[in-house]
Amino acid sequence: MQFIKPDININFVSKRKIAFFISLAMILVSIASLLIHKGPRYGIDFAGGTLIQVKFSVPASLNNIKSGLAAIDLGKSSVQQFGDQRDNEYLIRTDISITTSQGFSSKVQKALEASTGNEVNIRRVEMVGPQVGKDLREKALFAMFYALLFITIYISGRFELKWVLSGVMAGALMGAVYLLSVFNVSVPYLIAAALIVTLLLFWFLELKYAMGAIVALIHDVTITVGIFSIFDIEFTLPIIAALLTIIGYSLNDTIIIFDRIRENLRKYHKNPLEFTINRSVNETLSRTILTSITTLVVVVALFVLGGGIIHDFAFAMIIGVIIGTYSSVYVASPILLAWHGRGRKK
Amino acid sequence: MKNLSWRAVSVIAVIVIAVIYILPTIKPSLWPHKKINLGLDLQGGMHLALEVDTEKAVESTIERISQEMRSFFKKEHIRHIELNRIDGSRISVQLQGQENIDGFEKLLDKEFKNLRILSRSTHDGILTMMLDLPDKESDQIKKLATEQALETIRNRIDQFGVSEPDIRQQGEKRILIQLPGIKDTKRAKDLIGRTALLEFKLVDETHDLNSALQGNVPPGSEVLYGIKEDPETRRVIKTPYLIKKRTLLTGAHLTDAKVQIDSQYNEPYVSINFDKKGGRGFARITGANVKKRLAIVLDKKVHSAPVIQEKITGGQARITGRFTTEEARDLAIALRAGALPAPVNILEERTVGPSLGTDSIRKGLISMCVGGILVILFMIVYYRASGLIADFALILNIILIAGGLAGFQATLTLPGIAGIILTIGMAVDANVLIFERIREEMSIGKTPRAAVDAGYDRASLTILDANVTTLVAALVLFQFGTGPVKGFAVTLSLGVLSSLFTALILSRLIFDYFLVKLKSKSLSI
Repeated sequence: MQFIKPDININFVSKRKIAFFISLAMILVSIASLLIHKGPRYGIDFAGGTLIQVKFSVPASLNNIKSGLAAIDLGKSSVQQFGDQRDNEYLIRTDISITTSQGFSSKVQKALEASTGNEVNIRRVEMVGPQVGKDLREKALFAMFYALLFITIYISGRFELKWVLSGVMAGALMGAVYLLSVFNVSVPYLIAAALIVTLLLFWFLELKYAMGAIVALIHDVTITVGIFSIFDIEFTLPIIAALLTIIGYSLNDTIIIFDRIRENLRKYHKNPLEFTINRSVNETLSRTILTSITTLVVVVALFVLGGGIIHDFAFAMIIGVIIGTYSSVYVASPILLAWHGRGRKK
Repeated sequence: MKNLSWRAVSVIAVIVIAVIYILPTIKPSLWPHKKINLGLDLQGGMHLALEVDTEKAVESTIERISQEMRSFFKKEHIRHIELNRIDGSRISVQLQGQENIDGFEKLLDKEFKNLRILSRSTHDGILTMMLDLPDKESDQIKKLATEQALETIRNRIDQFGVSEPDIRQQGEKRILIQLPGIKDTKRAKDLIGRTALLEFKLVDETHDLNSALQGNVPPGSEVLYGIKEDPETRRVIKTPYLIKKRTLLTGAHLTDAKVQIDSQYNEPYVSINFDKKGGRGFARITGANVKKRLAIVLDKKVHSAPVIQEKITGGQARITGRFTTEEARDLAIALRAGALPAPVNILEERTVGPSLGTDSIRKGLISMCVGGILVILFMIVYYRASGLIADFALILNIILIAGGLAGFQATLTLPGIAGIILTIGMAVDANVLIFERIREEMSIGKTPRAAVDAGYDRASLTILDANVTTLVAALVLFQFGTGPVKGFAVTLSLGVLSSLFTALILSRLIFDYFLVKLKSKSLSI
């Protein structure tokens, strides 16, 4: 069986302008949504607060739950249905981290039993203090940054054999980050600055493969974060794990296409670069689609059957797989071409 | 290929080792290796992050030094205007008159060499001096406080009886605690978090309690409360006491604390035994203060304040106070394990009930099976017999991941299961890459054997490149991650490594077996 015939020749490269505008639009919408929502919506892992998952023996109404909670001053709290409807499970979240939580969950249990008249089972309590939340936020951002950094070192080393150059660059970048962190620059700005420096360095050092790959990665992560912001889904630790996996996955695709481009550059060195890139994308298309299908199949299975706790993670992976596949065809490769179009010889 | 059998042996060896490691998880009696660890999110339990308030340890050291200084003043007849601990960890001293000042300076050089003089000023014959501990010393105190808190908490948890707790220090002053399978989380938290500082102090009977309550607290004394709950009416009764600040004896000199039942009232109480030094001290204190009231203060709360009837020798005392048996038992544990050198605050708490964990395992396994079966079917439909080879590799992958988890004693969490599921989807990628290459090679007219050789040769490097990036992401995640997320990083890394092994070595071996050994002329791909 074959979906993609071996002699397939779709002209991807000619549609790169359209793709460029689609990508740009998606990124702008993502940024706009982030601005409107005043940044990503942090879950308690990052914002601090308390989260309680309760299960009722029979269906309970949201109003009863809320009135029960109102009786035991929880501060600003929200209640939402969790997981499958027939599970009668709810998530209660408050902004305050109840550090003096002596007997806190039994208090909630009693209040809810009184207001709903149901048997209540406290299934999960998570309390994160503001300090830990802040630490985790910084750690998560640094993790994303280091993942990007190591990956770019690997790509520029592997594809252009500029190990020393990329190593020196990484050293300089880490030095710059250290210097800025001494001056207490807040981490998000630090990361943004580091990314801009990275891109500029790639530009001047002519690390074009690395440039293509990292632009594609930033594209993927931005859009995934944007979609999360549009759907108003919380950012939690597992979502960061998903984002890092998306980085790995998207790069996987990109590298396979780049590998083919490099191989074909030797084979078709007389043809224009545009032809070689298009040819390479087509040759790997079958594999790109197959792997995306198998990966999508499993993450959709996880999304549908995996239960409430892993739901958002699976959702992030679904978006990431789709965007990652798109970006390796329509973002990473066109950047190589755009580079060539600058008129410099390389 | 002449090394075919050698490769086959090593592949089989790897598989057998993996299976051996998995066996105890399926049937624990087979051989004594540990099962695959389940994370707290799968088996239920409690995760706590505590912060030791190390500043308080410095403060109490300073408090002790200022008490010491006070008693030296008394002994050496130095009269002072003021001697107080201010701003947490500073001592402020004010003296008047040359002989007092000289006496103080001599004392300072002789007995308090380690104190740092922050400021000194003489004004109208009044010397004002600020003292504190040098940074190096206070850092040392803080460091010791965390270490000691860790040790104390470990002792308490051991005595509380939790199987396989994980207690470790994180950073300078944080302590991470994992208590798998614990049910009564409130009790555990109470036990871990209480300071359990037991102090014996005299009740100040020379001053009026009522005027102290109105704010006229005499120097050297403080108002502390006794808190009791009436079991009938469930009302909390707070009784104020005026207590002298000076600590006569602490729980540091305990050798044992155990629960006993009062035969008269049928109420549990905690009986404590002092060591030799503590026993002598207790005898001296009680002897010197007959007919006075001695308060037993635990964590700044007065438990009882009985009148001393006679000198108590024998080094035994009892703490009463309407305990339930559990409360008495936990108090005895805390006293035996010793006091925390400084209070601890709970920074982070995650509790998962066992039923939720079981649900998570079930749902995780269901999605794994459904996703896995769909991928397996897809590969057979798309690549026919070769797809079957990929499927075989896929199942082995899962076995290898499980073997890796057991072998490295890693922890399987819910995101970890998600990582395995993801691996199922992504692991076939390596085979897809190879198969597509083989198809390409065959379409330009190569024989199956040549096509397989060329396919593997060309795809191998690409596969390595592509997997290194996922591995990098997983390793970074492992470094940064906590608990469940770390579990994801572990399964993802194991998945990448095992899929490299199965695709590049195992499935190649199968192809070679059919094409070289059995001289198969056609290839179903």
